[in-house]
Amino acid sequence: MPSVSKRLATDLLFKGVLGLATVILFIPLIMILYYIIVNGAGAISWAFLTSLPKPPGEIGSGIGNAIVGSAILICIACTISVPIGVGVGVFLSEKPTHTIAKMVRICLEILQGIPSIVIGIISYLWVVLPMGGFSALSGGIALSLMMLPLVIRSTEETLKLIPQSLKEASLGLGVPYYRTMTKIIIPAGRPGISTGIILGISRVAGETAPLLFTAFGNPFLTFNIMKPVNSLPSLIYNYATSPYSDWQQAAWGASLVLILFLFTLSLIARTISTR
Amino acid sequence: MNKQILEISNLSVSIGNDTIIDNISMDFHWKKITTILGPSGCGKTTLIRCINRMHELIPHARVSGSILLFKKNIYEMNPILVRREIGMVFQRPNPFPTMSIYDNVIAGYKLNGIKLGSAEKDNIVETSLCRAGLWSEVKDALHRRGAFLSGGQQQRLCIARALAMKPRILLLDEPTSALDPKSTGHIEDLVSELKESVTIIMVTHNIRQASRISDFTAFLSKGELVEYGSTEKLFTVPEDKRTEEYLSRSAG
Amino acid sequence: MRKTSQLSPEDRNIRIYETLFSWILKFFSVLVVATLVGILATILIQALPSFRDAGINFYTGKSWDPVFKHFSATPFVVGTLATTVLALLISIPFSLSIALFSGFYLHPGRITSTIRLLIDLLAGIPSVIYGFWGLSIVVPAVRQFELFSGRVPYGVGIFTAALILSIMIVPYAASIGRDVIALVPSDLKEAGLALGATPYEVVRWIVMPYSKAGLLSGILLSFGRAIGETMAVTMVIGNANKIPGSIFDPANTISSIIANEFAEATDPIYVSHLIHMGLILFITTTAIGLFGRRVIKKWSSH
Ligand SMILES: Nc1ncnc2c1ncn2[C@@H]1O[C@H](COP(=O)(O)OP(=O)(O)O)[C@@H](O)[C@H]1O
Ligand SMILES: [Mg+2]
Repeated sequence: MPSVSKRLATDLLFKGVLGLATVILFIPLIMILYYIIVNGAGAISWAFLTSLPKPPGEIGSGIGNAIVGSAILICIACTISVPIGVGVGVFLSEKPTHTIAKMVRICLEILQGIPSIVIGIISYLWVVLPMGGFSALSGGIALSLMMLPLVIRSTEETLKLIPQSLKEASLGLGVPYYRTMTKIIIPAGRPGISTGIILGISRVAGETAPLLFTAFGNPFLTFNIMKPVNSLPSLIYNYATSPYSDWQQAAWGASLVLILFLFTLSLIARTISTR
Repeated sequence: MNKQILEISNLSVSIGNDTIIDNISMDFHWKKITTILGPSGCGKTTLIRCINRMHELIPHARVSGSILLFKKNIYEMNPILVRREIGMVFQRPNPFPTMSIYDNVIAGYKLNGIKLGSAEKDNIVETSLCRAGLWSEVKDALHRRGAFLSGGQQQRLCIARALAMKPRILLLDEPTSALDPKSTGHIEDLVSELKESVTIIMVTHNIRQASRISDFTAFLSKGELVEYGSTEKLFTVPEDKRTEEYLSRSAG
Repeated sequence: MRKTSQLSPEDRNIRIYETLFSWILKFFSVLVVATLVGILATILIQALPSFRDAGINFYTGKSWDPVFKHFSATPFVVGTLATTVLALLISIPFSLSIALFSGFYLHPGRITSTIRLLIDLLAGIPSVIYGFWGLSIVVPAVRQFELFSGRVPYGVGIFTAALILSIMIVPYAASIGRDVIALVPSDLKEAGLALGATPYEVVRWIVMPYSKAGLLSGILLSFGRAIGETMAVTMVIGNANKIPGSIFDPANTISSIIANEFAEATDPIYVSHLIHMGLILFITTTAIGLFGRRVIKKWSSH
C-alpha cells in the first residue's frame, strides 16, 4: 500500500489538473469575448446601427437592414411557435397519458435533435420552392420549427407545477374549463412560459444554418416578408468570409450587437425566473 | 317547509376498479346544515364532489345513479350551471394568489365574463364579505393581495367568494381541518348563521363539530351510507352498531 | 328564473367554446406530430432520385464532383468522422474535468455557480461567431504551426475545425457529465471517504465505475451533437471535396457541404444528392440521440 503522503499528493495533483483544465477552457471564452468587444466596439456607432451595407471600400456602411431582418424573422418565428407551443404544452400537461400526448413527446424529442441545416432544407422544400423564391417567411418558419420544442417543454413543465387547488377554485365557481385555463392557469404560469419563450428566441436568434437557403440575405432594407431579408448571423457569415477588411470590421460590430442582444435576453430570463 | 332541494338516488362511484361510493341514496333539507361524518378515506370528499360534478376532474372516475337539484338531474345539466347553483369551499383555503381581496370576491363574475357596474360590484363585495364575517377585518385592505391574511381569514375569503355567486347550496369539505381552534370557531359560527339563507352540506371527521352545528348528520363508512337522520337522534340513539362504535371510540 | 339574469352572453355558447378549445389544443398537438412525419417523408421522398441514380456507389464511391456528375458521400462521411472524433478526443478531458470539478469536488456555492455561468456563456455564443473567431484567430495560428512543422500552410482544415468544435461541445458534454456524476448515490461516496479513501481514490474506484454507462452515453450524445454542427465548421474546414489524407488537410463535413452547395445546386439530381446527405445526417443524429437518452434514462432510474 502506498504511503499516505503519496496518496494525498496524488489527490492534490488530480484536483490541480481538474482545476487547470477548467481554467484553460475559459481562455477561448475570454479570448472570443475580448476580440468581439475590442474589435466590435470600434465599429459600432449610431450610423452603423441604422444605415445599410455599402460595397467594400465605401465608408458609412451599416447593419440596419440586418437588425430589422433579424427582428422580422424572430417575430415570424414567435407568431407561429408561441400559440402552437403554449397550446400543445397545455395539452401535454392536462392530458399526460393521452395517446396523442405520448406521440407528441416522441416527436418533440426527435424534432429537438434535428440538425439546423436539415431544418433549413425542409423549409426550403416546403416554403421556398412553392413560393418560387427566398423569403423572410421561409426563414421565420425554419426558426419556428427550432423554437417550438422549447416553448412546448417550458409550458408543460411550468403548468405541471401549478397547484390543482387553483383549478378547483375556478371550476368550483362555475367557470368553464376553457376560461379556467386561459384566465387562471396560463396566467399563473406566465413567468415560466415567458422564460421558455425568451430562451427559445435566444436559441434561434444566433442561427445561421437554417437561414442560408430560406431568408438567404439581402443587401437592402425590406419589410416585406415575401422577400429575402438579411439577418445579423447571415451578415456576420457573409462578411466574415469575405476578403475585405472593412467588411470584417463590420462583422465584429455585428457580432457585438448580436452577443449583447443574447446576453440581454438571458439576463431577462434569469430575472423573470428568479422572481 | 321541506322543499326537495337535492335528492341523491342510487349513487355509486368507482375509480378504476375500486368502488368508492356504494349505492347511496339520501335527500337534503332546505336551509339546514347537514354534516357528512366518517373516518378518513371513507369517501366523504368523493361524495360531495359528485354533488357539483367536481369529481369529473378525477381521472378514471365513473358515476352511476342520479342527483336531482330541484327535480332536475344535474348530470343532464351543464356542469358550469350546476356549479353556480352549488358553491364549494375546499379543505385548504385556495384564494387566487394574484388577485386582490376585492377581485377574489367577484372572481366568479369576472372569470365568467359577467359584466357588472362598479356600484353593483362594490355591493356584492361588501355583502359577501359581511356574510362571511370578514368585512370588518379587511375593509381597509380590499385592494391588497390576500397573501397576508391568516389561514382562517383566507378560508372565510373563499367562503365569501363562493357566496358572491349567490348559490343555493354551499358544500364545505372539511373547511376547518387546516385551521387553528380559534379560526375553527369563527367558521363554525359563520356556518350556523349562513343557514338562514343557504342550504349547507359540510364534510367533517370531527364528531364534536358535527354535533355542535348540524341539524342532520350522515355517517359514512367505507363508501356506504350507514346511518342518516337528525343529529340529535344519531348522537343519542344511533341505530347502527357501526355508528355507535365510531361515536364512542372517537369521543373517548 | 333568478339565475338567467346572471348568465353572460357567452354562457349560451359554453359547449361550443369548450369543444372549440379542446379541439384547438388537439389540433395543434396533431400538427406537431404531422410536422415531424412530414419532415421525414419529405426528406425520404426527395432523396429517392439520389438512391436511384447513385445506388450503393453513393456510399462506396470516392469522389464528389458535380461537374462530372460523380456523387459519393464518402469524402464527407470521412470528413465528418475525422472532425467530430478529433473534436471529442480534444474535449473529453475538459468536459470530464469540469463535470468532476463542479459535480463532485466543489460544494454548490459561488465557484460552481460562476463555472455554470461561464459554461452558459460559452453555450450561448452563436456558431457563426465561433467560426468568425476561428477564421481570424485560430486559422492564422494553425498556419504558423503548419509552417513551423513543415506542412502545407493551409491554416484551415480538419484540425482547425475540430479545435473549434471541441470548444463548442464542452458546455453540452460537461452538463450531461455533471448530471450523471451528481446521480452517484452520496452514501457510496461517503462510504468510500469513511474508509479513509482520498477524494481522488473515490473518483477512481467508485464514481467513475458507477457512472461509466452514463458517461459513455454522454460522449455518444455529444458526438451526435457535433455531427450536426454546421456554421463554425463550414467556415474553417477549408471546403475541399476530396477524401482527406491527413488531419491537417482541408475537407468538408456532411453539414458543411450542404451549407456550401445547396443554394447553388440547380440540377434536380444534384439537389437530391444533397438531400440524401441531409437524410444521413438526420438519421444518425436522431438514432444517436434517442439511443443515448434511453441509456441515460435507464441507467439513472436504477
Ligand atoms: N384521484 C383518486 N384516484 C384514486 N383513488 C382515489 C382518488 N381520490 C380518492 N381516492 C380513493 O377514494 C377513497 C375515498 O377518498 P375520499 O373521498 O377523499 O375520502 P375522505 O374525504 O372521506 O377522506 C379513498 O380510498 C381514496 O384512496
Ligand atoms: Mg376528504
